[in-house]
Amino acid sequence: MTAAVPAAAEDRASRTTLRRIWAAVGLPLVSIILALFVGAIVIIASELLVGKGGLDLGLPLNAYGALFQGAFGSTDALVQTAVSTAPLLLAALGVGFGFKSGLFNIGAQGQYLTGALGAVAMGVALAGAPAIAAVPLSVLAGMAAGAVWGFIPGFLKATRGAHEVVTTIMLNYVAISLLAALVAGPLNTPKSISPVTKDVGNASLPVLIGSNGHLGILIALLMVALVWFVLYRTTFGFEVRTVGANPDAARYAGMHPRLLTILTMTICGGLAGLAGAGDLLGVSHQMTSSFSTTVGFDSIAVALLGRSTPVGILFGAILFGAMRAGAPLMQIQAGIPAELIDVIQGTVLFFLVATPVIGRFRFLRGAHTGLDTTQITRSYGEASR
Amino acid sequence: MDGLINGLYGIPILGILIQFIGYVVHIVPDISPLLLQAATPLALGALCGVICERSGVVNIGIEGTMLASAFVAWIVGVAIAPLLPADPSPIFGITPTLLIALAAALLTALLISLVHAWLSITVRADQIISGTIVNIAAFGITGYLFQLIQKGSPTSAGAFSAFTPPAQLVQIPIIGWIFNMFLNQGPIAMSVIVIVVVTQILLFRSRWGLRTRAVGEHPRAAETVGINVIRLRYRNVLAGGLLAGLAGAFLTMEASNSFQTAMTQGRGFIGLAAMIIGRWTPLGAFGAALLFSSSQAIAQSITFAPPGGDLGNILTAIPAQAYDMLPYLVTIIVVAGLIGRSIPPAADGQPYEREAAT
Repeated sequence: MTAAVPAAAEDRASRTTLRRIWAAVGLPLVSIILALFVGAIVIIASELLVGKGGLDLGLPLNAYGALFQGAFGSTDALVQTAVSTAPLLLAALGVGFGFKSGLFNIGAQGQYLTGALGAVAMGVALAGAPAIAAVPLSVLAGMAAGAVWGFIPGFLKATRGAHEVVTTIMLNYVAISLLAALVAGPLNTPKSISPVTKDVGNASLPVLIGSNGHLGILIALLMVALVWFVLYRTTFGFEVRTVGANPDAARYAGMHPRLLTILTMTICGGLAGLAGAGDLLGVSHQMTSSFSTTVGFDSIAVALLGRSTPVGILFGAILFGAMRAGAPLMQIQAGIPAELIDVIQGTVLFFLVATPVIGRFRFLRGAHTGLDTTQITRSYGEASR
Repeated sequence: MDGLINGLYGIPILGILIQFIGYVVHIVPDISPLLLQAATPLALGALCGVICERSGVVNIGIEGTMLASAFVAWIVGVAIAPLLPADPSPIFGITPTLLIALAAALLTALLISLVHAWLSITVRADQIISGTIVNIAAFGITGYLFQLIQKGSPTSAGAFSAFTPPAQLVQIPIIGWIFNMFLNQGPIAMSVIVIVVVTQILLFRSRWGLRTRAVGEHPRAAETVGINVIRLRYRNVLAGGLLAGLAGAFLTMEASNSFQTAMTQGRGFIGLAAMIIGRWTPLGAFGAALLFSSSQAIAQSITFAPPGGDLGNILTAIPAQAYDMLPYLVTIIVVAGLIGRSIPPAADGQPYEREAAT
């Protein structure tokens, strides 16, 4: 009799652990499956719309098969997945960090671009210098440029009350023009046909694995640990989370929400800038005036999918990184445009927030419903009070 | 008193606006219709924002709504053009095809707004996330279908043409360009000024407007006096969606006659900024949209006809791409300079939960 009690308690404890895991994993998992299903419907519906002889009901399976093969099918594919995961991971860590303090940073796109711009400017200047100095300096330059692009909206919000959703979106477009202007102007290679910068040479990130598995992947993984540590094991992280959960309580407790806003946005920008620097120094090595990315919106989806926690974001980034890596093969083998990934992304988010839809699944009872961690619209347009 | 101060505060912006437009029209006399044309989608997007947010629903999905309806307007036009008579009417070049395409675009916008309304009003999801979903999904689905359709290199179903105002009117000295600006336009751009004025009057002088503002400021109080908060918010989001759809149709049926991937280029977001600059009023938002489009035009007129002297030398030395950022910078500066005094409806972005019936 007495011996049975601890066993039962242990059983209960393990069941609670299971439930906690389910609470974190269940909803995203079901959302992804539902989104893939919707993606399949879109593929079939578009077959009807475009109508090229006959309806191939197996096409979605072919497409997803090619997608999977392109992401995980070979060593090269795996490396490619890691390469496309790294920038997503970094930028999404930034976006998630913002979410934790109640800030919606839609500016990851612009911060990524300025980060790449800073990295290429420094990298070209140091192309002949020894790699031991050129690489870290270029990476830091990119991170700093991104941080500036995050600091501006943070500063404007803290001092002028300008909502970051508006200013970051505007800064995204400013970054596109700035990049085009600098690549066509001071950074342009003389006598090139179309505007393009010089190669970053020695500032390129060293390749660790496969054809282009560069150092940036390792940096991104280190950042997951670092961001987790800052958020959950430092006073600063505690203050960030408190401001996000309840700004008034934070103020009464003697914290400085405005200063935290500036710092948080700067960190968001720095992380997204690091993503851009990694891609530029690790993958493209030079920049054309049309240098662009899908990291901006992807990282928002990843951060939401990972519920803004570093570990969740890691898994979300691997998922979307794999989709981005597999999309070209899907396009070649099944003729499905890569934009399907965006459709799936939007749908995943839809199911994440659409609690009445999710609520119909009885087995999801224990799972967290909705994105209830922080209400980010709370501060919308709020004057600098 | 507050209203008076608010009103006075608007005057500097008006001054900037008039100087901007004056300079641009002085440099390039024929540019005035283009000013309104560039401002049209922004103003319609801003009006969509005004109608939604005055009732307490944040809509950052305007961009996506616009993009999707622009796509539908174009694709429906292309699909049905061979089936219908194609001779355009003398005014605006209206054909049955264009009218059906316009209706399809508006219907699309309604459906998308319904999703946003459902998520943000019924589900009470975070409204900014809901808007982001609309944006991502619209970008994805239009890009996806456009890639597929592009292979068949489809033709265009044509576009509305502009009305030609009588020459005597346009050539009136000093104010002739104003007639040119508002009359040398296609039907959608021309209707914008009407929509703006009508919305302004309705919002501040009608029962619907009073109710909308009450729901946006204090939904609980509004419910207490018998206003159905949920239904009103639904209606407003749908009505706003129609305007965003009109803006989308404008892009593919009037400003151009074809679709490009992600062709809205942030116009929906700029519309939101225009709404904030215009302090959530239709007239103010329209002014802000004009401010934005004229700063775009000023960038173009500098490259066309730079001012002489040292200033001109400096201005032409800057790469042309750098001028593209001018409108966005102007928006940031104005938003940052204004927002402390530009206060949104109190319940903006707050989901409303009805009290349980007892």
